[in-house]
Amino acid sequence: MSDDNTPWHRQHLEPRAGLFAILTTVCISVGGLVEIVPMFTIDSSDAPDRVTIEPYTPLEVAGRDIYIREGCYVCHSQMVRPFRDETLRYGLWSRSEEYMWDRPFLLGSRRIGPDLHRVGGKYPDAWHYEHMFDPRSTSPGSVMPPYPWLSRWKIDVDDVNASVVALNRLGTPYSSEDLTATATVLQAQGSEIVERMSASGIEVTWDTEIVALTAYLQRLGRDRTTTLADADGEIP
Amino acid sequence: MSTAAAAASPVELYDDEITKKFVWATLAFAIVGMTVGVWIALELAWWPANLGIPYTTFGRLRPLHTNAVIFAFGGNIVFAGMYYSIQRLLKVRMYSDGLSNFHFWGWQAIIVSAAISLPLGLTQSHEYAELIWPIDIAIAVVFLSFGFNVAMTIARRRVQHLYVAIWFYLSFLITIPVLHVFNNLSLPATLTRSYPVYAGMTDALVQWWYGHNAVGFFLTTPFLGLMYYFLPRAAERPVYSYRLSIIHFWALVFLYIWAGPHHLLYSSLPDWAQTLGMIFSIMLIAPSWGGMLNGLLTLRGAWDRIRTDPVIKFMVVAVSFYGMSTFEGPMMSIRAINGLSHYTNWVIGHVHSGALGWNGMISFGILYWLVPRLWDRELYSEPLATLHFWIATIGIVLYTVTMWGAGLTEGLMWRALDEGGQLQNPVFMDIVNQLAPFYWLRLVGGLLYLSGVLLMAYNLIRTTSAPAPTATAAAAK
Ligand code: HEM
Ligand code: HEM
Repeated sequence: MSDDNTPWHRQHLEPRAGLFAILTTVCISVGGLVEIVPMFTIDSSDAPDRVTIEPYTPLEVAGRDIYIREGCYVCHSQMVRPFRDETLRYGLWSRSEEYMWDRPFLLGSRRIGPDLHRVGGKYPDAWHYEHMFDPRSTSPGSVMPPYPWLSRWKIDVDDVNASVVALNRLGTPYSSEDLTATATVLQAQGSEIVERMSASGIEVTWDTEIVALTAYLQRLGRDRTTTLADADGEIP
Repeated sequence: MSTAAAAASPVELYDDEITKKFVWATLAFAIVGMTVGVWIALELAWWPANLGIPYTTFGRLRPLHTNAVIFAFGGNIVFAGMYYSIQRLLKVRMYSDGLSNFHFWGWQAIIVSAAISLPLGLTQSHEYAELIWPIDIAIAVVFLSFGFNVAMTIARRRVQHLYVAIWFYLSFLITIPVLHVFNNLSLPATLTRSYPVYAGMTDALVQWWYGHNAVGFFLTTPFLGLMYYFLPRAAERPVYSYRLSIIHFWALVFLYIWAGPHHLLYSSLPDWAQTLGMIFSIMLIAPSWGGMLNGLLTLRGAWDRIRTDPVIKFMVVAVSFYGMSTFEGPMMSIRAINGLSHYTNWVIGHVHSGALGWNGMISFGILYWLVPRLWDRELYSEPLATLHFWIATIGIVLYTVTMWGAGLTEGLMWRALDEGGQLQNPVFMDIVNQLAPFYWLRLVGGLLYLSGVLLMAYNLIRTTSAPAPTATAAAAK
């Protein structure tokens, strides 16, 4: 079917589907291998100024799963870039080691609302309760929908336990108490939040979803204690 | 070619019933997916639009929109076009009608389960890979069965040389399973929840390797395959340059994979990976424009038909938007520019100039060409198709221009510093409140685009329900 003027690829490549498929597979593999494989060899905990990043507590895991379920990451990023305006607005820029227990990662790709990577400790617990119940009560003009069901719906202890067990299998260290007495651990941390909220006149039980979500939000970005003043000096 | 094949009429030779099914599914999910798009556009302009229901908040509906338009609308038109063109290019019926139907019903079942699970908040959170692990397994099975069906069809082909469109289809069939499997490796905790085997920045890199190549190998290469088949057919011209198609095909499949890190610029991803992502993204202009030029130049000599033939109109605009968004994308991959555009509505403008302009318009062009042929009827109304073309085009322009405006506004306001080096707009909400007019105008653009789709659905339904042509009219064709 070919004469001497037919280019080589027309004679040897394009009529051969198997060879064509193999070459395509090779082409699409190179980039991914070169970029992704080295990631497994990088140990971010080696960073010279490393800070210890604690794994999420069971209550924070529950809160994080609510954050995922509600799609908070769709509107809020968790990645502060090393720009002056961002460190002024949000705080210290984000480092790899801070994400080391993040399964899945939640960097986000939109900022319909502000970045949340440094929101932990920025507001009191009660603020989060009010804000999730009626965002405009704390942030006039917000476009965020209200989430009143979070102060009604309860977390399921068995469900949280299953999550902690799975994360532990993947390598996140949990104590045997976390793994076997999950309810006790959840209640202990939840009760502290309940107490702080009730000081502001809010009555909830420790197993309400808003308590877990608050635990997670209050935890975000708190492992890095370096002050913004230090960071300022580092910006090139 | 065997004499038996030559003797058999195309009706017996090819399975066109499967194409028809995918055409109907395309129409249905174009309407569903874009209606949800309009809904979430309204939610940004007017927050009460979730009606106080937990299942319809922006955070839950947005993934439903993206999955519906990419995998339901985009997937179904790609499959429709592939079944139609593969059989004709290889001059053989699909290997197995059973597998084709398994593919059809399996894919629709996956879509329905997505439409239920995403509003329920069952999600993995990885963009465009939100579906939970049991559905992921179903996707792998259904997609691979389709791949097997195509591979066996290729093995039994009656034309030895593989035409350009087939190369692009092959790259789609090979790459999507690789991306899908590696990005979704996870450990189930419950029936509906799992945790990825990768953590932190590694998870982020794997996800954006997937995410960018979902754009590359779901919204680009199969659509280029469709372009290489349907555009020359509609224009009745051969492809402009065979050599160009070879070069840009191989460059595209090689370069695309590297570009993922442009979604993670200025993050804590190692610098070398960010730089690689940026450089390869910029290089991507070349093969992308190779495809655009090959498409546009194929139309040379058919330019007069732009004025008269709605199919050509849609295709010209589609290929032009492909060129535009593949110019904009590499620009946005330059770190300094990404510093401004990332996180803003600019990205949304970019996405939809590709999605509405390229994927949407080429799909509409194909449908207007294909449906009359599949059903052997005249198109019910050309003026209606032309009207669709114009409102869709105006809709895209409104959508993209407002999102560029909104993106620049927020990007510049976020970073504005006063003389003292302090934030000019320290209150985030002040910036959010600047965006309302843009959001309302975008909504109008989206509504126009959706109305166009409804017009098309009406036009095509009227086309297929017209009385069958008489035997003589059919013979005259
Ligand atoms: C009537 C037409 C449409 C409307 C009104 C619409 C509206 C929207 C809105 C409001 C968003 C969320 C933007 C944000 O986060 O601020 C969105 C996101 C998105 N849409 Fe559409 N859309 C439409 C059609 C399409 C089509 C046809 C496609 C693809 C083929 C598409 C693909 C996407 C994607 C991929 C995203 C996510 C973008 C990102 O993550 O950056 N849309 N759309
Ligand atoms: C050479 C081609 C292209 C390049 C280099 C490119 C580059 C980019 C860049 C830099 C971003 C912004 C990432 C960020 O800052 O978060 C982006 C986002 C995006 N692009 Fe492109 N683009 C290209 C073509 C296209 C086309 C043709 C389409 C659609 C059909 C498309 C769909 C998207 C989507 C859906 C996103 C949003 C991802 C997300 O954040 O969820 N791109 N692209």
